[in-house]
Formats: sequence, C-alpha cells, structure tokens
Amino acid sequence: MSGGSTEAPVALFGGIYSNHWALRAAITDARTRGAKAFYCLGDLGAFGPHPDLVFPILRENNVQTLSGNYDDSIARGLDDCQCGYTDPRDNHFARISYQYTLQKTSPRNREWLAALPGEIRFVMAEKRVLLCHGSPRQRNEFLWESTTPDAFLLKLFRNHDADVILATHTGLKWRRRLSGGQLFANVGVLGRPENDGTTQVGYTLLRSSDEHGLEVEFVPVAYDHEQLAREMRAEGLPAEFIETIESGWWTTCLEVLPSKERSRGKW
Amino acid sequence: MLDLDAPCVDLRSLDEVWFQVAGTLCNLSCNHCFISCNPGNHSFGFLDLAKIRPFLAESVKLGVKEYYFTGGEPFLNREIVPILEETLRLGPATVLTNGTVFRGRLVNELRRIAEGSQYSLEIRVSIDGPDKETNDPIRGEGSFEDAMRGVQQLAQSGFLPIITMVQTWADSDTLKVLDQFGAELKRRGCVRPRFKILPTLRIGMEATRTRGYLSEERITREMLEGYDTSQLICSHSRIVTDQGVAICPILIESPVAHMGSTLEETLRPFAVDQPACYTCYLFGSICTNTGAALSGRDC
Repeated sequence: MSGGSTEAPVALFGGIYSNHWALRAAITDARTRGAKAFYCLGDLGAFGPHPDLVFPILRENNVQTLSGNYDDSIARGLDDCQCGYTDPRDNHFARISYQYTLQKTSPRNREWLAALPGEIRFVMAEKRVLLCHGSPRQRNEFLWESTTPDAFLLKLFRNHDADVILATHTGLKWRRRLSGGQLFANVGVLGRPENDGTTQVGYTLLRSSDEHGLEVEFVPVAYDHEQLAREMRAEGLPAEFIETIESGWWTTCLEVLPSKERSRGKW
Repeated sequence: MLDLDAPCVDLRSLDEVWFQVAGTLCNLSCNHCFISCNPGNHSFGFLDLAKIRPFLAESVKLGVKEYYFTGGEPFLNREIVPILEETLRLGPATVLTNGTVFRGRLVNELRRIAEGSQYSLEIRVSIDGPDKETNDPIRGEGSFEDAMRGVQQLAQSGFLPIITMVQTWADSDTLKVLDQFGAELKRRGCVRPRFKILPTLRIGMEATRTRGYLSEERITREMLEGYDTSQLICSHSRIVTDQGVAICPILIESPVAHMGSTLEETLRPFAVDQPACYTCYLFGSICTNTGAALSGRDC
C-alpha cells in the first residue's frame, strides 16, 4: 500500500493486543500533541479481553492499519499465532490467548483483518518511510535491540528502498540512527507494559527534524489498567496475563527474549 | 558440483555465521556427539582471531545478523575471549559450551565483554538431563556436577545461561523433565532457567549409541514441495572451520558440505540429501537459539 506525502507529526501504535483502553488513551494523547495521522503496525488481538472492541476505535479514528502475524492468523483461522514458541509453557499460554481471540473475533472483523496490507509506505520530509510489523522481510521476525546489528539493518534499508523503517512485534521500543542517516525504530506496543515494573504502555510520534529530516519520540501512556484487569478477570483470562497488566512485568512468552532484554525483567 | 536431481535448498539470506572455533577437540567424550569430539580428536583444528577476522569483515558486508561459536569445547581455545569481544562489536554472539571448564577469571572476563557490548552474549550449556543419572551415562562420569557448577558461576555473574538438552526421553516426559530441571537449578540459585531441547542426530557417536539413519530417512524432492525451507539452517547459515566454509555445524565431517574458502563462495544452493538433513527437516532450525522457523524469511 502506498500513500502520498504526509506532514509531521504522525502517531504510530504498535501491538494493541485487545487493549482498547490504552488505544483510546493513546489516540487522545496523540491528538493533544498535534498528530495529524495515525497508523497501527498490527497485532490487534491477543492477551486482552473483547477483541472486537478495538476495531470500531480504529475505523472511527481513521487509523491506517497493517497486518501483524496475529491478524494474519486470526483472519485465516490458522492453528496458532505464528510467534514460533518452542517452550511448552510459552506455547500453553500462547494457545489460550490465541484460541480466546479467535473465538471472540467476529466474522466481519476477521474479513477486515484479511484485507489489511503487509506494509505501509509514505514519504515524509522527503524521507521514504516504511511501516511493517516484525521486519520488512518477515512479518513475524523479532528485531530486538541487542540482536540486531547495524550491518543487518543496512541490508534491510538497502533491500527494501527505505530511509526510515518502523516496526513493532517484540513489545520493546528502541531506536538506532545508522551512520548513513537511516533511522530504524521499534515503536513499542500499546497492549502490555514494557517489562519494566510500571503499568504504563507507549506509542511513538514521528516528526520532522532539522538535523536528520525525521526523528521519533517515544510517548508513555497511562490508561485505566485496573479496568482492563477487571475485564480480563471477568473473561476468565489467565492470572499470569492479569499480573503483567497490574505489575508491569512479563510473566509469559519470555523464551524469545535475548539475554540483555530478559535480564532487565523480573522473570 | 550440485546434483540437479537432488533436493536443493537456496540460501535465502546469510543471517548466521558459525565458527568451529575449537575444531573437534573437547575435554568430554559424549557418546551421542554427532562429530565425535573428544580430547584426542584433531580432525578439525582451532580457529584463532587472525583466522576469524577476515570472515567477520566479510560478514559485515553481507549483513549477517548473529554469530555462533562451537566446537569441540570453545573455552579450550585460549583466544576465545578476544574473539568474542571483537565479534560483539559487530553483533550478538552465542557460545555452545559443555560448561565444565569455567574458572572464576574466565567468567569475569565474559561478564566484562558482555557488559561492554550493546549486543547480547548468550552462553548455551549442554547438560543432557536434570540429574547425573540421566546426564552422566551420556556425557561422562561427574560431568553433571561439573557443568552445574559452571552454570552456577555464570548465574552468579549475572548471565542467564540457556541449558541445552539432547532429548533422550519420551515426548510425554518433557514437561516433567523441565519441571525437575527447573527446580534443581533454582535450588542451586539459578532462579530464571532457560531451556532448549534438541533431537538426537544419528551420525558420529550417536550412530553407535542408538542407530544410524535408515535408508528411507532422506529428504526427497517431493518432500520439499510446499515445504517452508526457511526452517532449514542451510537456508540462512554457514560455518567457518579451519578447513574452509561448510554448510552447517552438523555436516562438517561430510566432504560435500565444504563449499568454499570464503563466505561469498558459499552463497549458493545446497543439496540436502545427507542423512542428517532428515532430522532438520523434521525439527526445523535446531542449532540456532530460536528453534522455530521464521517462515518465509528472505532477503
């Protein structure tokens, strides 16, 4: 999918994971900061309650959305979320989350997911911006800060004709400016806290910059996490998921974390 | 010369470069070792920093994503710390060790270089079960306690070692094994255990311990139709040995696996008709840290 030129700033939302409260809070916050366009980089469902509640928010606010691995799986009714876990415990919780989301997503919304593009491109401040879910080459590729070398990023920029690449999927935000001026950023996620012991989540603003043309700003978002936890309990979702929302520490799906990122967490 | 009738796998993207940094020399003589490493096996020699440097430089040009160091026992190589330090300036590194040769100073040095890099240093420690009764018949008398001491040293130094087990139990027992091993590690102060489970490879010593591959256990061209070949390590890895660059860590003893003297020379398809390729076909990229494939991975 291609768009035209876009003026700064724009708001970028990573995985929502059915956290409709955080999505509403992020859109409101981005508006107050002057954001003129909104993008979602995929993974609308998972983890949280009532997956259908996210869709009207995205439509009513004209959030241009691309397809994450979760969306692809839900749309096609696949057996799993394509996160590639091998640890039995991680697979157990991933299965619960996926089956719940699959059952609770309406046919109409599954059709909507099926029509989403795999990437979104636009030009901003004369820079070619590429939005993707995991990486430009692979929807479910994890690009962690501590396992993504500069040389590998350069290959991605070269092979995918972009000056700025923005992704999500890992759940942890980070950014890197390469020596040639290219900018990569993981925009984080709205769906769950960042494994840092706080309950806030976050989104990213992309804005023009005199020095580099474009820069990103990570914006923390406080939202009604207690209400989300109540809804998760009422839906019978695992206590481990609720603990993450209430404590800010990840309790499941830790297998894929590299050692530096894992060390910063509690579990 | 590539056999055009053989089942072939393209290199989609060179994401991982392996280094056979300790050759086939190991202080242990595990009876399932797929390249039969032991204290007297000098079939492959050590790689020193001078030999590794040109490959690191080449890997940067090729946009490699991560580096692995194996053997033999990598920590028998006296240059392993400077090798890892130089590698960690470029990207993440993983060392596959038996965990039995750590000394306090070595662990401190590893801690120093790990903290000095923006990239992760992973230490994978091979222990083949949650107790000496399971492990020692395979890896040698006393090796369980020796390796667990190594794991404790790593954990005390802030590492989160990945315990790598070759599965010698029934699938139905896997959860029990993980629970038992997790409890044992926690008892010894390793409170955040990480595990990776590998299948056996029926070559080298393992062919004698259990059995070799049957003649029908081969990948055929038909089996690759509709199969996601990005699950196979040969679609995204190469390994540097002291005798050139080979297709993967498992096949270094097979002459057909040696593809050139530089990485660039090996960026071509490989015929996956070797017996051990069958195990990769069944289980996916078993050697890399993330076991499951990133399906459809491409440049």
